[in-house]
Amino acid sequence: MVEFTLPAHAKVLPGKKVAAAPGAKRKKVFKIYRWNQEDGQNPRLDEYELDLDKFGPMMLDALIHIKNEIDSTVTFRRSCREGICGSCAMNIDGLNTLACTKPIEEVKGDVCIHPLPHLPVVKDLVPDVNHIFAQLALIKPWLQTQSPAPPDSERLQSPEDRAKLDGLYECILCFCCSTSCPSYWWNPERYLGPAILLQAYRWLADSRDEMAGERLDALEDPFRLYRCHQIMNCTRTCPKGLNPAKAIVEIKKLMVARQG
Amino acid sequence: MTSQSAQKSLRDPIGIARGLGAAGHGFEHWWAQRLSSIALVPLSLWFAFSMATMAGADYATVKTWLASPLNAALALLLTVIMYHHVILGVEVIMEDYIHTKSAKLISMITMKFAFIVMAAVCVVSILKVALGG
Repeated sequence: MVEFTLPAHAKVLPGKKVAAAPGAKRKKVFKIYRWNQEDGQNPRLDEYELDLDKFGPMMLDALIHIKNEIDSTVTFRRSCREGICGSCAMNIDGLNTLACTKPIEEVKGDVCIHPLPHLPVVKDLVPDVNHIFAQLALIKPWLQTQSPAPPDSERLQSPEDRAKLDGLYECILCFCCSTSCPSYWWNPERYLGPAILLQAYRWLADSRDEMAGERLDALEDPFRLYRCHQIMNCTRTCPKGLNPAKAIVEIKKLMVARQG
Repeated sequence: MTSQSAQKSLRDPIGIARGLGAAGHGFEHWWAQRLSSIALVPLSLWFAFSMATMAGADYATVKTWLASPLNAALALLLTVIMYHHVILGVEVIMEDYIHTKSAKLISMITMKFAFIVMAAVCVVSILKVALGG
């Protein structure tokens, strides 16, 4: 059956508490999920009381401050710090989002930061996304054609056809959506999840692509596509404001369109 | 969680993600669920309205009502489509939540047999009342 509770070795225990330096005026507590495979301990929630005047306004600024000034063992992914690389996706205050574009002031009270839900944890806030990227490779996220490419120019696309990719091409593969989806939690082996299905639709919607039939064949499966029951957690959580639920409906409409 | 073990597996994640490939169906099931739910809207309204107008009526009145070919046909359609819809829906729920192969197979077969028996009993009952002397 589906696991609704965490196994004993994965229960999150209270961790250490670090108080802010004396003299701090604007204080806020950040509770960070900590787990290290090598120490054999249960995961724990460490509490860091921070002085908000010491760093920038975003959640990622707080994490970097902790790592640089308080506890260098806190582990997380980050790169661009401007919401385009998708590395710092994590669960902040119960919602999957990017730490770099989430203002601290949006969370009242203590800030609780966990890794993306229901993925294997590598360490602390770093999830294992190998399987999701393998699923991305499965849908062949590149232009596939039968006709030969024009010898002396690129394949052309009208501005109207190009506009059909708006709301799709912006996805940065942070996987906030897939890891917010209960269907993906219960059946990650076979269900592709909202992030990958949005990518699949991005190529189905591209006027230059000529392999729509093969792409739809690869999705014609009770699990790969039809596990989506349209609860729209994906759309609610997307830090880029995209609508994976709508992309999935569009794929289902194409499935209808190619019937008799 | 299986992907936890997948992490330790020696198989490449690509192999795990590709699995046994696409089943080649799924559309028909999904479409049948939608069509049956659309059909159930007027049928349920008709049934609820008919029952309300016959509240407190005696057996003879209901029997006369059900003996009309239209009412008998609609009652049969409501029964068959409703059970079809229920089987499709419960199947999806079981696929979502039951992951042990044997438990999934056994509960899926039991569920389908049970609902088909119930549907058959309903159909026979309707015919008995509608056609009975």
